[in-house]
Amino acid sequence: MTTGSQSKTGSDPLLAVAESFTPNPQQRALRLHKELTKVWTDAPGWRGTLTSVNHTTIGLRFMATAFVFFAIGGVLSMLIRAQLATPRGDFLDTALYNQIFTMHGSIMMFLFAIPMLEGLALWLLPKILGARDMAFPRLSALGYWCYLFGGLIIVLSLLGGVAPDGGWFMYTPLSDKTYTPGINADIWLIGVTFVEISAVAAAVEITVTILFCRAANMALTQMPLMGWYMLGTAAMMLVGFPPLILGSILLEVERAFDWPFFDVARGGDPLLWQHLFWLFGHPEVYIIFLPAAGALSTLIPVMCRTTILGYGAIVAAVMGLVFLSFGLWVHHMFAVGIPHMALAFFSAASALVAVPTAVQVFAWIGTIWKGRPQLHLPMLYALGFFLTFVMGGLTGVMLAIVPFNWQAHDTAFVTAHLHYVLIGGFVFPMMAAVTYWMPLISGRRRIKGLGEGAFWLVLIGFHGTFFIMHLTGLLGMPRRIDIYPDNPEWVLPNLISSIFSMVMATGFALFAFDIAMQFLFGRQSRRNPWQADTLDWAMVLPAPAYNFASLPMQGPKGPDLILPLARGEGLLPGAPRGWRELLVVDPGTGKPSHVAVLPGNTVLPLITAGAIGTLVGLLLAGLYWLVPLALGLIVLAVWRWGDIMGTTRDHAAVAVTPDLALPLHWHTRGSLAYRGAVATLVADGTLFASLLFGVAFLSVVAPGWPAPASDLPMLLAPLTASVIVLMLAFAALAARRAEDGRASPHGQLWALLGTAAGCVALLAIAGAALMLDDPRQHARDALRGILLAYAAVHAGIATLLGLRTWTDDRHGRVSLGRRGTAPVWRLWQDFAAVTAAISALVITLQEIA
Amino acid sequence: MLIGSAIITGLVLLLLTLAWRSGPNRTGNERLWIWGLGVGFTMSVLVVLVAYGVWVGERILARADGALRVAAHAQQWGWEFTQPGPDGTAIVTQGVLYVPAGRPFDIEITSSDVIHSFWVPRLGGKMDAVPGRVNLARLQADVPEVLEGLCAEFCGVGHSAMRFSVVVYPEGDFPDLQADVFGPEDSP
Repeated sequence: MTTGSQSKTGSDPLLAVAESFTPNPQQRALRLHKELTKVWTDAPGWRGTLTSVNHTTIGLRFMATAFVFFAIGGVLSMLIRAQLATPRGDFLDTALYNQIFTMHGSIMMFLFAIPMLEGLALWLLPKILGARDMAFPRLSALGYWCYLFGGLIIVLSLLGGVAPDGGWFMYTPLSDKTYTPGINADIWLIGVTFVEISAVAAAVEITVTILFCRAANMALTQMPLMGWYMLGTAAMMLVGFPPLILGSILLEVERAFDWPFFDVARGGDPLLWQHLFWLFGHPEVYIIFLPAAGALSTLIPVMCRTTILGYGAIVAAVMGLVFLSFGLWVHHMFAVGIPHMALAFFSAASALVAVPTAVQVFAWIGTIWKGRPQLHLPMLYALGFFLTFVMGGLTGVMLAIVPFNWQAHDTAFVTAHLHYVLIGGFVFPMMAAVTYWMPLISGRRRIKGLGEGAFWLVLIGFHGTFFIMHLTGLLGMPRRIDIYPDNPEWVLPNLISSIFSMVMATGFALFAFDIAMQFLFGRQSRRNPWQADTLDWAMVLPAPAYNFASLPMQGPKGPDLILPLARGEGLLPGAPRGWRELLVVDPGTGKPSHVAVLPGNTVLPLITAGAIGTLVGLLLAGLYWLVPLALGLIVLAVWRWGDIMGTTRDHAAVAVTPDLALPLHWHTRGSLAYRGAVATLVADGTLFASLLFGVAFLSVVAPGWPAPASDLPMLLAPLTASVIVLMLAFAALAARRAEDGRASPHGQLWALLGTAAGCVALLAIAGAALMLDDPRQHARDALRGILLAYAAVHAGIATLLGLRTWTDDRHGRVSLGRRGTAPVWRLWQDFAAVTAAISALVITLQEIA
Repeated sequence: MLIGSAIITGLVLLLLTLAWRSGPNRTGNERLWIWGLGVGFTMSVLVVLVAYGVWVGERILARADGALRVAAHAQQWGWEFTQPGPDGTAIVTQGVLYVPAGRPFDIEITSSDVIHSFWVPRLGGKMDAVPGRVNLARLQADVPEVLEGLCAEFCGVGHSAMRFSVVVYPEGDFPDLQADVFGPEDSP
């Protein structure tokens, strides 16, 4: 279906795919540009800052903010190196040193790496997949505000001298109330969880966007590799973050209310924290690596004027990494006393993960082999990646081998390894990506020389700092010490590391300077400067707010499409209805299915993040009696989000091409909102599964079991549990009836009945809470408290959705063709009923056993 | 392992250089790059390495063969050791562990507050001291000497100073306790 690049004027590449789509009539590109800009652009001035939901704006904001946090984390690392440059450094006292290395790790992981890749995904995906925006623009903005506010809380704590100081993986009991009595650990647990809202939001959004918002007829198997990488990343985030969120909630509840999840004396176990943390923490490494590898797979073929070698093998490797990454978390715990044969299993799994990684590395080298490589700046960074990452990967394989791990674990060797992997596997590719896409961001060319200088400084500085650190570790220097007066053999290597770290810092500063200079003084770039053939370059520079004046389809190469798309010959040209419209496609084949109307500029995400921030502030201040107020604010804000799911009138189908008309999203059941709810429930279900893992782990492995006999009322407790489960199940039935009988009194009645049943279930949950044994007595009772709270939250959400369905129906916001909130209510109600039933079953089994 | 890694790094860099210098080659041999190098080469190295690792790991496991038993108990921020004294009865020492040379010993590692980690770099191995658990490690010191040990898991403000010594004495020739005890080291 390719048309070649000779189609300058006469021959129209769209005619080549005319058998699938008739091109729309040509319009004046400038008129279309004005029409679309009016609809898609941010509001002017400070209002735009507060109300923007556009993926280009939000994505760039994520990346810029992440870079600021990278600089802060970098300054902290300079302080660490200054302290370690001499054996008796008295530059920092130990308490402050502990805060600084904890913050360095936490900032780089949670405030730089993750938000950076989210920003890249938000900014890039719609462009490279041929869409106008992400599936949930307001969610992008909400994620950004949560990230910014959470990040500010964490960073400001450093100024207040109360920053987290327990190491970035916050092992209990060191991080519990006895050994960290101050607010330091609370800031980490609550602040990081606040930031993680943006990670889960981004994961939901990326998943739905890749599956449903691609160019017309772009089958999943034809999408650019970046799509596959980001899909893998998002899937891992959906499943990887919930264990950490659960762990943080449990630890914070233990700190605040003395519920003993991790206290061995009362049936808890500090290893539960380690399992939950590393269940997140290891996939996290691949969450960070995959987008970076995606960038490499995108730009290496372009830099070598060829196509990628082994598309299918790379997709398989990505899927393999996603799967394997969840089987290796125990290699962070080889020294905690787990049976050796279990270690052997995890050791093999950890080594096995090198295979898909090696497949990719060799596919890239093979691509270079078959092409004509050109040493542009992005390629220079890619070569920096090869050198650094291969070494990091090999030390990783060494650490997967149990006896070696026992020796090197928690030493400077591991510090060296993880910096080789993270800087080699993430920072170098990200610098390649930024320099590669910079013309699309700024519309300008870079200033020659600066970028190359930055590259060499970073490369030399990096290897000078970290290569010798392998040796320091093998000489026995552990991590996280601030002085080493009795070890003269560590003095020289540490001094060398410290000196080169300053070189590296200079390199990063020069990189930032280069970017700033390019914005200020760069000359106008020509279109598609790298002559890439992906859709992200099929637009003018810098990228307009709406990306494509008319939407592309699978087949013609990106550069051939610039003119026809700008003239409105593609699908869904312009913004004739004054709406932000997005083409939604079938996930497998990419066949167009309907048109989604996206929300425009709104302050709602900021208000919602503010409401969540209020909750966070109250929790940090310990003002628990005010928490219901904050929850009320959040519910009010979120209630307004649902408006987009209903409309008071039927809409005609919209012409996408002259002979294809598609319904608007109100008229379909499988709307993006519904898909988003499914993705959210995948994460939510993982959270629940992690909770069940916690119950099983503690009852089987923790020393303080069996628990003392419980005082649950013999008759009343099972009765209440049955009421809860039956009411939730009845509400699930009512939700079905309400959807089927929508826009009739009959359906309205069912919606009301379902909502009422939900309220009864909530009352019964409150009753059950009064019957529970004191949760402070034993981990079993504390876990029951959490299971009950989980049921309460989900019954509450489902009931609110029922209420929403009822009000929508009353106000005529549904019709026979328009289903409104009902499908999403059904989904949540089913989920609430099933999880509550499982919880009841678990407690029953505990009582019988 | 270090030499192996150096060779593999060199090999990858060599391939990269060759790839750079080779002229354009439109086809690209997917079989060679993906299956040969990506899967075949990597798998063969890994299988050998993991098998070797498991074998070594199995050899250095604690097992019930009547080996000498000693104990290390950690708390913020110091170590307390229990070991056979000059006359064979158990003695408790602060900050110094006495073990005979040339004989494997099992060490029971416990903690009474937060997680610490027992590590004597020259003896290899490392085992966490986790509250509520008794972890076992098998170690062996070959020649009489004084070794340095430290806490390898971050445990709070006194972490850097949570050091200890291991006095390895010739079998049957217990050293003079007074001379070697460096005094209680339970506070920084």
